[in-house]
Amino acid sequence: MATLAPPVTETGRRTTPAASPARRRGRRGGSRAGRPGPVAYTLLTLVALVSIFPLYWTLVAGSHTNAEIAATPPPFLPNASLFENFQLALEQAPIGKAILNSVLVSGAITVGTVLFCTLAGFAFAKLAFRGKGLLLALVIGTMMVPTQLSVIPLFMMIAELQWVNQLQAVILPTLVSAFGVFFMRQYLISALPNELLEAGRVDGASTFRIFWSIVVPVARPAMAVLAMLTFLTAWNEFFWPLIALTTANPTVQVALAGLGSGYVPQRSVIMAGTLLGTLPVLIVFTILGKQIVGGIMQGAVKG
Amino acid sequence: MTIASGTVREAAIAAPPPTSAATSPARPRKRRQLTRNRWGYAYVAPFFLVFTAFSLYPFMYTAWVSLHETSLSNINGGTWVGLENYRELLQSEFFWNAARNTLTIGILATVPQLCMALGLAHLLNYKLRGRTFFRTVMLMPYATSIAAATLVFSQLFGRDYGLINTMLEAVGLDRIDWEAGTVSSQVAIAVIVTWRWTGYNALIYLAAMQSIPGELYEAAEIDGASKWKQFLHVTIPSLRPTILFTIVVSTIGAVQLFGEPLLFAGNGTTSGGASGQYQTLGLLMYQQGWSNFHIGQAATTAWAMFMIILVIVGVNAVIGRLRARADR
Repeated sequence: MATLAPPVTETGRRTTPAASPARRRGRRGGSRAGRPGPVAYTLLTLVALVSIFPLYWTLVAGSHTNAEIAATPPPFLPNASLFENFQLALEQAPIGKAILNSVLVSGAITVGTVLFCTLAGFAFAKLAFRGKGLLLALVIGTMMVPTQLSVIPLFMMIAELQWVNQLQAVILPTLVSAFGVFFMRQYLISALPNELLEAGRVDGASTFRIFWSIVVPVARPAMAVLAMLTFLTAWNEFFWPLIALTTANPTVQVALAGLGSGYVPQRSVIMAGTLLGTLPVLIVFTILGKQIVGGIMQGAVKG
Repeated sequence: MTIASGTVREAAIAAPPPTSAATSPARPRKRRQLTRNRWGYAYVAPFFLVFTAFSLYPFMYTAWVSLHETSLSNINGGTWVGLENYRELLQSEFFWNAARNTLTIGILATVPQLCMALGLAHLLNYKLRGRTFFRTVMLMPYATSIAAATLVFSQLFGRDYGLINTMLEAVGLDRIDWEAGTVSSQVAIAVIVTWRWTGYNALIYLAAMQSIPGELYEAAEIDGASKWKQFLHVTIPSLRPTILFTIVVSTIGAVQLFGEPLLFAGNGTTSGGASGQYQTLGLLMYQQGWSNFHIGQAATTAWAMFMIILVIVGVNAVIGRLRARADR
């Protein structure tokens, strides 16, 4: 989760009084000067190619035989062996099961994180209670503590509970995120007018009712962004799943880690497996990429 | 923890004023009604329950474990050895090797990465055709997992059939045995990290750049400052807090580096190469705990990592504060 920390945290520091009116102008008009020359386009295209190429190479290498990718010059277009290699990869590592597990794990983590962080974010944004400042400071402080520092007792705990190799061992510890709480708080402070809450209260709605029918609808855009970022992060989580699960009941990342450890590493099969494991997230990214970019940008700008 | 939370807390506290200043003066009375609410505890309870059970408690417990000689299956202790584990750690050449590697890979991975991200953000800030396309494509590596990225790159860096060596040969250079050398393997690992994170950092810089007031550039232009001068004297100083923040975050990431060196050889070995030439602290910790079952040693290494992070974050916070003061 630490990876998600920068946008919002960084925001606050930048929000000097002088910056806020100018920010709006900047966003609307693109404050920077002018149109780029051909050099800029060339450089950007180059970077775009470098960004995509390893993924494209996964497809190329995964769709040839070992001998074919070892040839000079190497092939540069995908080939027909792709599905054969998929099949081999599926035989060597339980990738199908891993994808199902990853969907379950990431889905559960996303639902939990979005729900709990919206609850807590709302409380921190709009309710006052004793010790709120201290608790909020604690939330933010935790964004700095690396996961690796908790891993040893965590493993002892799940060993004691006999949860090793069970999905809940991966889900539960990641069910909340400090970043999410902070993100929702920052959003709700400005997006949720106090009048709305008062209106609800005047109508005699219960606190839960107010949350469900007033806060959640207002928070929906931020919840969507948080959901996407959380899903991506949960899907890609590597360190803790590797420790808590085995290759018998893996998430995608654990399965991928085990894929290379055969006697004779078959490079094309490894690549096909990598492609299989990456495909779901690439599909999500292709559909929602614009929103994810917007979310990261918004996270960074939102004050 | 105190230093770390201090910096971020300052960030958080700096944030609210504009908004609360905008809403509060108009309706002081109504605000008060909202402030009395015991339900606040119920709303934050799920977060703190999960957080205490799975983060705070284990975090503290790691310190306790580091003072014991214990095994993984023994949750209730082991033998008390006091600071023995720390003494051993400081005398261990493996620790110093891993610390050195973590430092060099960290520098190799973060410095070029952040510089490139800055330049990239500058380009993305132009009125571009297809800007959404460029932004999205540059974020693709971020969406790729460590495991997938490392497996792909370890093939690209392969000695005999790797594409990079093929290209080196095509332009008349010698093949490099990327995994075998110290410098070459560390560069290769740094490349993987850089590939995954540059676009992400560029977006963060871009967001900050878009909040720089246009007047600053206009004024600079009237003073006859070239584009480059504007970048140096307007853009960079305005981005300083953001830059500082990305440095801190990247540093924390670099100290924890684990997946890339683990999978770089393709098969998940914890030794970090034949002579430990790219074994990082994260990898060493994993090796101590889950290969050698020296759980106390592993906990000690984890705490050493945390200490390193604290020092780096603290130094950055001090530098940031001094520079901010100098600006004023």
